Amino acid sequence: MTAQSTIKSLEKTALRLRFNLLEMVGIGKAGHLGGSSSLAEIVAVLYFHKMKVNKADPRDPSRDLFLLSKGHAVLIQYAALGELGYFPKTEFAKVKTLAGALQGHPDMQTPGIEAVTGSLGQGLSIGVGMALALRLDGRPNRVHVVMGDGELSEGQIWEAAMAAWKFKVDNLVAFVDCNRIQATGPTCEIFDIPDIAKKWDAFGWKVIEIDGHNVGQIIGALEEAETVKGRPTVIIAHTVKGKGFSFAENNAAFHNGILTEELFARAKAELQAQAEALDKN
Amino acid sequence: MISLSTKSLREAYGLSLLELARRDRNIVALDADLSKSTRTVLLQDEFPERFFEMGIAEQNMASTAAGFALAGKIPFMNTFAVFAAGRAFDQLRNSICIPNLKVRICGSSAGLSDFGDGKTHQSVEDIATMRSLPHMTVLAPADAVEVVKMMEKMPEIDGPVYIRINRNDLPPVTPEKEPWSPGKVWTLREGKDAAVFANGVMVSRALAAAEMLAGEGIQVRVLNLSTIKPLDRAGVIAAARGVRGIVTAEEGTIVGGMGSAVLEALRTERHGPVEFVGIPDVFGVSAKNYDDLLERYGLTAAAIRDAVKSVLQ
Ligand SMILES: Cc1ncc(C[n+]2csc(CCOP(=O)(O)OP(=O)(O)O)c2C)c(N)n1
Repeated sequence: MTAQSTIKSLEKTALRLRFNLLEMVGIGKAGHLGGSSSLAEIVAVLYFHKMKVNKADPRDPSRDLFLLSKGHAVLIQYAALGELGYFPKTEFAKVKTLAGALQGHPDMQTPGIEAVTGSLGQGLSIGVGMALALRLDGRPNRVHVVMGDGELSEGQIWEAAMAAWKFKVDNLVAFVDCNRIQATGPTCEIFDIPDIAKKWDAFGWKVIEIDGHNVGQIIGALEEAETVKGRPTVIIAHTVKGKGFSFAENNAAFHNGILTEELFARAKAELQAQAEALDKN
Repeated sequence: MISLSTKSLREAYGLSLLELARRDRNIVALDADLSKSTRTVLLQDEFPERFFEMGIAEQNMASTAAGFALAGKIPFMNTFAVFAAGRAFDQLRNSICIPNLKVRICGSSAGLSDFGDGKTHQSVEDIATMRSLPHMTVLAPADAVEVVKMMEKMPEIDGPVYIRINRNDLPPVTPEKEPWSPGKVWTLREGKDAAVFANGVMVSRALAAAEMLAGEGIQVRVLNLSTIKPLDRAGVIAAARGVRGIVTAEEGTIVGGMGSAVLEALRTERHGPVEFVGIPDVFGVSAKNYDDLLERYGLTAAAIRDAVKSVLQ
């Protein structure tokens, strides 16, 4: 069991990441708010609790690896990388502009970014290659790959799933961010993929299902994954797209939406209320 | 460097890859159920732990190769050229070329060299598409000796490399002793009247055409443009200087291919007429043997000879 204080601290971190996210989305420019926000707790646990991370050196050879296969949600990764001090936080406001360095999708120029993703469906394959290379060298680093549930319609993911099983990759953990909304609408309407857990199970993976906003469950799942040998693990995280921003929750309009001044103010107030609530109890 | 008794480009490739793997334990090979054909089986036999049979899943193979490179390995991914450059194009572009990774992509059975299998297996467009990708080095060796030399240099080349390997034996045409380096135009024959830029299987045919024309009193300079990218622009300009006409000869579509690259290089220069010998804007077709197929598309010494005459008129 993870200490209550650790959980509380990570919940606060997740909230801080959402504040950073809001700063990046800003006013009047499109930003992937929904699919970034649904990952705040998972990213908080990985970067600030579970993964081996070196604040002084993003390229530390002993670090664990994080790949965002759903690269459009990179804002939530920037939120964490900025907190680690890999670039100045002043970059947040300049994201996706010619004045800034942070790109619209993961780019190797950014410290802490491990691969180029954004063309959906490729991250798991890249992770499998990394995991196999690490194993060849006898290195203990672990690889984490985050996919979207909409992204699961990409055939390459299932190629990678078969390869990971074939090669008995057990130094890799995949997440599926099951927020049930994709770019233009609910996943069940756009391209329904029933029995996601059964599918991964049939592909030979160890499957763990959790509430992706429950910090304790995320930590528990990652700890369980470390005990799985001889096959890969997938954590199916049930989440809410746009989590923390009431107007964006479960709303495809904020997959890559634009915030008006009014909505921005409302979003900020909502996050502040959540911060106060966290501080109280 | 390994010494060769073979005229087979793919055998030369497989042997060279094995040799590289013996020297550097960071070399790994990935194949998509074609290892006997691509000859990565040679590496597999000696280093099974560094051979990854990825199944018939080329897109996954390409991105997995990217992962290997990101974790410090030098992956060679192998399949037929149509599938490497076509099926996995988006993976080459995004997973490999954008981050400029040291992945080597072997397009085997390239061009029309898989003569029997027809359109779906013949890569007419791979040179055009591969050279359109920023960061990609594009190589088209003319014979087994050149394959070996290119493979020798592979560890030194930064970023991704696409190497196009012919399925058939080809006659030796490149000088065995001359050292090779990427990004150069290689002069195989001097001549003052016309310049013929060729690569791959067309090099021997260009040399044969030059021989025929010499009999008619026409002196042809023959250049092996085995590095299509990065293109030796100064070398192309120098080679085209002083002649009255230029011909390019390639086993691929003339839309965006090597000939186009030559003209891009010459865009600031005054030059005589240019003709392309290559595959017009069409897909391939099944044939009983390779020579018949090359003949069908006019990829012959006679066609090059006629093209030279036409530009000199
Ligand atoms: C190959 C590819 N096709 C289309 C897109 C455009 N696109 C970006 S995000 C997205 C929807 C992703 O849905 P999901 O995986 O569920 O992500 P999430 O809802 O968590 O943001 C689409 C279609 C893309 N980036 N890549």
